[in-house]
Amino acid sequence: MTAIDQAGLVVARPPRLQALRHFAREFARRPAAMAGLAILVAITVLALTAPLFIHASSLDVINAPGQPISPPSARFPLGTDYAGRSILALLIWGTRPSLAIGVIATGLTMVLGSALGLLAGHYPGATSRVLMAFTDFFLAMPTLPLAIALAAVLGQGDTSITIAIAVTSWPGTARVVRAQTLAVEARPFIERARALGARDSQLVLRQVLPNVAPFILVQGTLTVASAILTETTLTFLGLGNPTDVSWGAIINQAFFQGAVSAGAWWYILPPGFAILIVVLGFTLIGRAIENILNPRIAR
Amino acid sequence: MAGASAPLSAQSLSALEVPPPGGASSARDFTDFLARKLAAALASLAMLLVVGFVIFSVMPSNPVEAITRGHFTSPRQEQFLIRQLGLNQPLWDRFGHFVVNYLHGNLGYSWQFEEPVSTLIAQRLWPTLLLMGSSTILSVLIGMWLGVRSGWRPGSLLDRTSTGAAITFWSMPTFWLGILLLVVLSAGFGPIPSLFPAGGMSTPGSAGGLTPAHVLDVLHYLALPCLTLTLVTFGQYQMIMRSSMVDEAGNPYLLTARAKGLRDAEVRQKHVVPNALLPSVTLIFIQVGTMVSGAITVETVYSWPGLGYLTFQALQIPDLPLLEGCLIVFGASVIVFNLLADLAYRALDPRVRRT
Repeated sequence: MTAIDQAGLVVARPPRLQALRHFAREFARRPAAMAGLAILVAITVLALTAPLFIHASSLDVINAPGQPISPPSARFPLGTDYAGRSILALLIWGTRPSLAIGVIATGLTMVLGSALGLLAGHYPGATSRVLMAFTDFFLAMPTLPLAIALAAVLGQGDTSITIAIAVTSWPGTARVVRAQTLAVEARPFIERARALGARDSQLVLRQVLPNVAPFILVQGTLTVASAILTETTLTFLGLGNPTDVSWGAIINQAFFQGAVSAGAWWYILPPGFAILIVVLGFTLIGRAIENILNPRIAR
Repeated sequence: MAGASAPLSAQSLSALEVPPPGGASSARDFTDFLARKLAAALASLAMLLVVGFVIFSVMPSNPVEAITRGHFTSPRQEQFLIRQLGLNQPLWDRFGHFVVNYLHGNLGYSWQFEEPVSTLIAQRLWPTLLLMGSSTILSVLIGMWLGVRSGWRPGSLLDRTSTGAAITFWSMPTFWLGILLLVVLSAGFGPIPSLFPAGGMSTPGSAGGLTPAHVLDVLHYLALPCLTLTLVTFGQYQMIMRSSMVDEAGNPYLLTARAKGLRDAEVRQKHVVPNALLPSVTLIFIQVGTMVSGAITVETVYSWPGLGYLTFQALQIPDLPLLEGCLIVFGASVIVFNLLADLAYRALDPRVRRT
């Protein structure tokens, strides 16, 4: 036992800055990771700068600039929607709510999942068992019906969609964080901190959380991808803000305003591809971070 | 632990050929196991009822307002509704009534269809079972076939294309894929004529019954929704089967089988596939949750008259008792299938039986 402890003390963790540099180098070496990063940077810039080159008035249903459901032309590179608005403009504007809801819902998910995971990992016994039974129940529940029920009761709108996503997607994170908390708490430096008189809150927040944080980051990146998918699904089903321009809303309007019978592929393809690309970007980055972190746990 | 695992893994090699060791102790083990799993499933069902009650009875700040939205209501009518809904009773009593009602199969009364929720759900159950069942069978067959072959030759052309296709379809929004198929194969796109109907379950006005004509008609309507769900879900089976094939392929018993002079296909089908099958078989049951979510959007896109479309219809009002019934039925089915997954795992893997 002491031998292991001493060995553990000898193999000290590298300073955080060095670890970060190592991480950045590994990340840059992976083409998939860099492609994912490029996608996200491009989309984020587009979302932030959209108001600079798209007038909110051109997204108004009443004063739409073009003819309804017309195919791509020089003036409207991706054609127009049921009201005659430019699909390209809608698409670019749609990055804003999709990204915002995805990221905010993920933030909530991470806070909820990490808190429960840390608690369950730190307090073994009855607390842990109850929390994990609770987590497993929500893990098994089908996501969409639960999210639909929540969003329907909370009323149409971005806030209720965000809450519905957070409430249905935290269990995976709670499981990962609990497992990592158990792994970290088995390491000798936790025993040292305890011997020095650290309180539970100090142990969890100052010692365990920083070591678990990379895994929360991985979970977070992957959760954004699934959150955006759930967000578009809920919006497609009509739970979103009806006046908002988002990818889910574009597909909803396309489907319910006769784009299918009109064969308006330009109306249906672009929002789906936008969703695919963003989901792909987050997934690529999440997987890359996971791969960079994994060999270190194995060691 | 290390000492015990050696004979166990030797036994697991012939997991599907040797009859399980019988005897009084294994029978008692099984009863214990079954009792434990049943208790867990019952606890989950109880939890499901609590969640349903909290969402639909505690969270809405004013259910009366939700019902009467858009209609003028006098204070007396409101009082009547409050009494009728039992909102003047303590929360605890309301929960008691709710549980008793659900246990008696009384799931409330739909605001929109003005029919009991249980009747509506019973009507819509079979179309959903048909859709989910057929697409599960198809995606299991396709996914496993591709997984076996791509895991046997990792890096081959088939492996790369099928893994790529599986991941692409899996990350697509289900409803979007459904709409695309609808545009191309139903609305008639470019040179492609309209091959499949756009929605519903059978030609309006057609006589029902089990006549060949009616069965063909339903299959014609089933084709597109089933294809959509299959495309979205086969990737799971492909990926799981592929990785367990790759895991198994490293085992030394393959060398023995080859040394006996078995051909490559025989080694694969007779020795590797049975051992690699386990994770994918249990996945079938666990996938029910994913299928449920997929069914909601696919049924919406194709107006397939099942529980998913019912959920969508309930959502438009929103018809809260109906939504609650759908949530409970979906949740309960997932709990039941998770229980079946545990049982199937035990039936298939002797190692689980020993613990």
